[in-house]
Amino acid sequence: MIRAQVLICGGTGCTSSGSKAIQEAFAENIEKAGLSEEVKLVQTGCFGLCALGPVVIVYPDGTFYSRVTPDDVKEIVEEHLLKGRVVDRLVYKDTGSEVVDENANVSLNDTAFYKTQNRVVLRNCGVIDPENIDEYIAMDGYSALGKVLTEMTPEEVIQCITDSGLRGRGGGGFPTGRKWALCAPNKAPQKYVVCNADEGDPGAFMDRSVLEGDPHSIIEAMTIAGYAIGATKGYVYVRAEYPIAVKRLQIAIDQAREYGLLGKNIFDSGFDFDLYIRLGAGAFVCGEETALMTSIEGNRGEPRPRPPYPAVKGLYNSPTVENNVETFANIPQIILRGAEWFASMGTERSKGTKVFALGGKIKHTGLVEIPMGTTLRQIIEEIGGGIPNGKKFKAAQTGGPSGGCIPASLIDTEVDYDNLTAIGCMMGSGGLIVMDEDNCMVDMAKFFLEFTVDESCGKCTPCRVGTRRLLEMLEKITQGKGTLEDLDKLEELCYYIKQNSLCGLGQTAPNPVLATLKFFREEYVAHVVDKKCPAGVCKDLLTFSINKDTCIGCGLCARNCPVGAISKTDYIAEGHKLPSYEIDPEKCIKCGVCMSNCKFKAISKQ
Amino acid sequence: MKSLAELQAIKDKMKSKVVLREGSEEIRVVVGMATCGIAAGARPVLNAFVEAVNESGLAEKVTVSQTGCIGICQYEPVVEIMEAGKEKVTYVKMTPEKAKEVVEQHLKNGNVVSKYTISNNKD
Repeated sequence: MIRAQVLICGGTGCTSSGSKAIQEAFAENIEKAGLSEEVKLVQTGCFGLCALGPVVIVYPDGTFYSRVTPDDVKEIVEEHLLKGRVVDRLVYKDTGSEVVDENANVSLNDTAFYKTQNRVVLRNCGVIDPENIDEYIAMDGYSALGKVLTEMTPEEVIQCITDSGLRGRGGGGFPTGRKWALCAPNKAPQKYVVCNADEGDPGAFMDRSVLEGDPHSIIEAMTIAGYAIGATKGYVYVRAEYPIAVKRLQIAIDQAREYGLLGKNIFDSGFDFDLYIRLGAGAFVCGEETALMTSIEGNRGEPRPRPPYPAVKGLYNSPTVENNVETFANIPQIILRGAEWFASMGTERSKGTKVFALGGKIKHTGLVEIPMGTTLRQIIEEIGGGIPNGKKFKAAQTGGPSGGCIPASLIDTEVDYDNLTAIGCMMGSGGLIVMDEDNCMVDMAKFFLEFTVDESCGKCTPCRVGTRRLLEMLEKITQGKGTLEDLDKLEELCYYIKQNSLCGLGQTAPNPVLATLKFFREEYVAHVVDKKCPAGVCKDLLTFSINKDTCIGCGLCARNCPVGAISKTDYIAEGHKLPSYEIDPEKCIKCGVCMSNCKFKAISKQ
Repeated sequence: MKSLAELQAIKDKMKSKVVLREGSEEIRVVVGMATCGIAAGARPVLNAFVEAVNESGLAEKVTVSQTGCIGICQYEPVVEIMEAGKEKVTYVKMTPEKAKEVVEQHLKNGNVVSKYTISNNKD
């Protein structure tokens, strides 16, 4: 009889920090301790707290061990599993409260990171074994599909999704129910359901985590969508860069077929549905719905003009519904728990929860799921644990290369689709990159532009040429060669590209520039007029110098300078024994090695 | 999969395997499992509890877990049962047979098996 279960995260984050070796160590030690009959080892999907990986949870206590190494495993097995003594030094205890009770047995749900979360999409991630369909079924899996096929008409399914207020989680926020309703009446010999798992925004990884941690929820949801719109075939378009996700999804599809949950006559209802995986080669533009369908058809991933919309002419010119992974992951829960339940979460026009991938200058990098309408302050300070090293929060970037940024002054904004659009930002797929005072906003805009220039498919001129011109202007500014006139030109070109590009990629590519111009214009002006980078990032605008009175003349900087730009002077400061050093600005490449090596803080950059 | 009944059958079969992870807080059975407890035979007691709880269909509201030394080594194996809103019950000198009785009487029917509690077993 199993009395305890050890859950080990097998998501991509923890796998790369070595969770495989930990799993092997557990297997070996549990065997050695003679506990094989009593303790079960389960590999799960992502727990979300990737910053503290590899993560191990022991149930029934719910003890949360973080940053476990293979050497710790013996101790956990011998102490915790055998003798019932929690290995305190490895337990993650940050409850966010001032008083830390060292002896309290903090379980996962009490930690500040999990406490305020509301996991709907991620409900099974880190809880079930994604490669075991029975565990998904135990967690009410496929019950929603059973209910839909035996009790509901397609119209009722669509009505339920419409009533729930669910909007597309891929970024656009189009109402899912309406999308299905637009496609359902269109008659065709073959219709399709497509899942967009081509998660391309730098920093976003919630779709990957759902596919890795709960692949059956996507299969179930796509089958429900197929029934609702009258489609019998589905495709999941997933990036080839997500090997674990692809592997687990394929296992899940095979298991579902074996159980007859995919295939002919599901639940004896006469409804047939089957699902296939298509791998994307990693082009960002293939996340755009029409380009994605073109790519599934076997052609070069280029967008096509809309209308006709995919609901009328999509994949293989047939009526198609395409939704994002996170959108699909909500569907079974909405069917089971009802539209009212879903609509009770969130704000007036944005219902439910949203998953964010926290990254950048934040303590708890990872995945969080919160109700719509949670303030940015709560996300960053409470759940995210704040900014490390006592730095000040400057801005949060959302929506990746298509998004904008939320400055510190708007940190109390309630995050939902409309509020973000109102401040010129966008929800996007949910990447949330936190920036502190050391980040230069012009440089950030330049980074994203470099990305879109690379990823523009080249089909339409405003995007292909326009983004390149934008990037050149930004480069000019960061090199200190810009003029105030450039700023106006920059803005004008942004609007031009937005209005004239063919697809979402070009239409949103200027957003990072526009948002930073709006909220951080003074930083652009500093680059252009004062020829300074206030955050100290843009190399061409920096000069490193040594304060000759603080320098004690140890010479460490000179020994480490890769270009030999630092030399001894004949000046000896009062109270010092050795002469100070100086930097030759002609030779200096501004790598910053001298500054990080100086123990006396004698070197500064401006 | 041809019927909802088939799905339900798999669900019922699997439920006891994943229910541990939901961490029910209704009733907690804690078995002292330090060296003293193990030496006195706490392992079979713990396993008997897990088995009996599952057999009697109580897995969804009862959590069986272990703890370190409770501090009364002469009474080991010691088992504590905590239920929200009720006083903690401590059973001492437990055996697998006594464990089954406690599950049947106490956990299922709500009657404390007083002949095994610490207050009735002081030396």
